[in-house]
Amino acid sequence: MKLDDLVAAIRAAHGSHTPLRIRGGGSKDFYGGMLAGEVLDVAGYRGIVAYEPTELYLTARCGTPLAEIEATLAECGQRLAFEPPGFFGATLGGCVAAGLSGPGRQQAGAVRDFVLGVKLVDGTGQVLDFGGQVMKNVAGYDVSRLLAGSLGTLGVLAEVTLKVLPKPVAERTLVFGLDAAEAVARLNQWGGRPLPISASFWHDGQLWLRLSGAGAAVEAACSELGGRPASVDADNFWHAVREQRHPAYAGGVLWRLAVPTATPVLPLAGLRAIEWGGALRWYGEEAETARAAAAAAGGHATLYRAPESLRCRVDAFAPLSPALLALHRRLKKSFDPLGILNPGRLYAEF
Amino acid sequence: MDFSPDASFQTDRATLARQLRLVLPAHCLLVDEEDLRPYECDGLTAYRELPLAVCLPENEGQVVDVLRTCHQMGVPVVARGAGTGLSGGAMPHAQGVVLSLARFNKIIRLDPLARLAVVQPGVRNLAVSEAAAPHGLYYAPDPSSQIACTLGGNVAENSGGVHCLKYGLTVHNVLRVRVVSIEGEIFEIGSEAPDAPGYDLLALLIGSEGMLGVVTEVTVKLVPRPELAQVVMASFDDVGKAGAAVASIIAAGIIPAGLEMMDKPATAAVEPYVKAGYDLNAEAILLCESDGTPEEVAEEIARVTEVLKAAGASDLRVSQSEAERLRFWAGRKAAFPAVGRITPDYYCMDGTIPRKRLAEMLAAIADMEKKHGLRCANVFHAGDGNLHPLIMYDAAQPGEWARAEAFGAEILELSVALGGSITGEHGVGIEKINQMCVQYKTPELNAFRRIKAAFDEGGLLNPGKAVPSLHRCAEYGRMHVHHGDLKFPELERF
Ligand SMILES: Cc1cc2nc3c(=O)[nH]c(=O)nc-3n(C[C@H](O)[C@H](O)[C@H](O)COP(=O)(O)OP(=O)(O)OC[C@H]3O[C@@H](n4cnc5c(N)ncnc54)[C@H](O)[C@@H]3O)c2cc1C
Repeated sequence: MKLDDLVAAIRAAHGSHTPLRIRGGGSKDFYGGMLAGEVLDVAGYRGIVAYEPTELYLTARCGTPLAEIEATLAECGQRLAFEPPGFFGATLGGCVAAGLSGPGRQQAGAVRDFVLGVKLVDGTGQVLDFGGQVMKNVAGYDVSRLLAGSLGTLGVLAEVTLKVLPKPVAERTLVFGLDAAEAVARLNQWGGRPLPISASFWHDGQLWLRLSGAGAAVEAACSELGGRPASVDADNFWHAVREQRHPAYAGGVLWRLAVPTATPVLPLAGLRAIEWGGALRWYGEEAETARAAAAAAGGHATLYRAPESLRCRVDAFAPLSPALLALHRRLKKSFDPLGILNPGRLYAEF
Repeated sequence: MDFSPDASFQTDRATLARQLRLVLPAHCLLVDEEDLRPYECDGLTAYRELPLAVCLPENEGQVVDVLRTCHQMGVPVVARGAGTGLSGGAMPHAQGVVLSLARFNKIIRLDPLARLAVVQPGVRNLAVSEAAAPHGLYYAPDPSSQIACTLGGNVAENSGGVHCLKYGLTVHNVLRVRVVSIEGEIFEIGSEAPDAPGYDLLALLIGSEGMLGVVTEVTVKLVPRPELAQVVMASFDDVGKAGAAVASIIAAGIIPAGLEMMDKPATAAVEPYVKAGYDLNAEAILLCESDGTPEEVAEEIARVTEVLKAAGASDLRVSQSEAERLRFWAGRKAAFPAVGRITPDYYCMDGTIPRKRLAEMLAAIADMEKKHGLRCANVFHAGDGNLHPLIMYDAAQPGEWARAEAFGAEILELSVALGGSITGEHGVGIEKINQMCVQYKTPELNAFRRIKAAFDEGGLLNPGKAVPSLHRCAEYGRMHVHHGDLKFPELERF
């Protein structure tokens, strides 16, 4: 597949007002609003375009499987520090468009924090280049980061440049027996101290804590923090968390609540897991009160995974204020005037 | 550079003053020329303009009222923090109002457990870290101007500092902003919770140079202060070797807390002023900081030392005390004023390039010094490829400023040609408006214009800055070609 093919497909759809459903690996079909439109398969536009370990960046086409990127980085001792879920067959484009980060988010930052540049095909079939391959660039509005998490509604991410980082030298995992309230309190206390904590995961009375960094720092922190070393293979464990294959994420309905880190345990049933130092909380019941509870705490709730019967009744993402919604619409229009790209995937209104 | 105000705005001074008096108390409004004078420029003093009025609101309601008034009257508004900007971003509009946020100087809330602070936009960068210090926390982005510059200005410019490579820029450290639109509407953007729903408008707002809205509140992330920090100072007898050493550190899998470079003219200017202890025989010095637990720092310093030796450092010194570490940095942080002492005027550039092109860039700058007949000292956020060449000139000498400007433009355009950007942290402002036409093509510039219109349809917020008009790019393109000195013919143009 060539860039010209992508451009031609979008131009044609623009010409005929045909809604398109952009699809990379299809690994996140479950995520966001209901799928609509004619499938535009971009998985064929793939391949790593440039990778310079000492410049700390990698540029690849949108259809490149994340697994291929990770493998290439690993050869040079580097990685994507935000640890995006690869699910089965996730592509780079889908990863950035969905904006989902994994356990590394707690310390290293989110997908958007690592986006340096994008090549975009907008809703009229125009190719636009924003950002670049350097670490710092404040010329013009930061459109590259705006696109992270936009779920394909502003354009097809044809190519993305990400900042990459070296793998930590040492990594250790500790386990603590704590209830949810204690876990949240501890995580926040630790968060205020210079400890090399890189990930956390609480589930069913156990808090898992990952320490990453220089060997000496990790060892020192382990002896200071106590707990017990993980009895299972820690790499496998964190991989299961990242890929959401841990039993905590199982079941038909999953709510994802993002809250200020120190928020006490919410009065909601079905708490499955806590991540990101307390900022991310997963609930498994059909807790339709989740949205109100998250908002009351200063956060927001996403209906992350649900059967179609629920998805067609409840929006995936927390509603925007009227002023923000109007602004979203204007921005959407400026990139995709006819509204043909992934309509309804982010919000039903556009 | 010609930045003659576009004729699209015509404001009646008396009517404007009358309307503003309706919404602001007398002590919050300046209209007399002598009172306006201090606002005529920012840190880039070569570009000046007097506004018609300066508003100094004391609460958000007044900001809303001023913006509504200007919106109704079709008057340009230029927001202003401390005025330390280096690209003319806060330079007033001749037909407009300066909206100073200087009186928004309160830290509203500091939550040590959640590690965040809610501050007003006029709070100084350093004041946040000072307030957080008793809790063992600090705000990571540390521009060299941090004793003076404000959080509002930092947000507008996406400012960085010497610790960005490891700790990120403003965009990585701000959780939420409250913004008033030109129509006087209030937006909450971002939140204390991660990944706010909808588009990442926070990313769009940060670095938008006061073009999209006026920031009235900022929530920043605070991070724990590392137990220890130490700096290695390495001397090199060749700038190329110093540049290669930077790449070797990264290649060794090390992301230092800070990685800065200064060339000989820069250290020569700094040393008599600060007595930082720099090696004055070196062609270039590198400052490489390591932070963390004592064990971690010891381990990293050992690795860095080895890499630097292998890269051909002629001398290495490791700070032996906090006082010595601060002294090493004091020289770097005072580099601009130090250069200011040895020349009547200096012009600070801000291009970024891939690290590996550093030696090439420095060689080109040396040639440009001859070509333009001006000296240049180089300080460099080497870790993230961000150059700060300081071009020395004398504004009192006819023609020198024009030469300095041409010199600067050439550096910026070479930055783009080498795969970088015209600005890493100081913003486009008015200064680099022409070079935007070099870095971006028409479709991208049009996309920027549409984004601007989505926030500010009438184009009243900071007009003439950051995003050039089509007309300006056409003119600039013609001028370049006309003079027959098309600089980098391999570049795609206009
Ligand atoms: C000696 C010196 C050293 C410097 N070192 C660094 C450095 O290391 N790193 C770096 O990044 N920069 C540096 N700078 C540049 C400058 O300090 C930064 O750009 C700073 O963020 C500007 O803040 P300010 O409050 O002075 O903003 P101003 O100069 O007043 O304004 C800057 C821009 O922000 C807009 N603005 C201000 N407040 C608001 C608001 N509330 N809402 C919307 N828009 C607003 C203005 O319209 C303008 O476009 C340095 C400057 C000097 C003089």
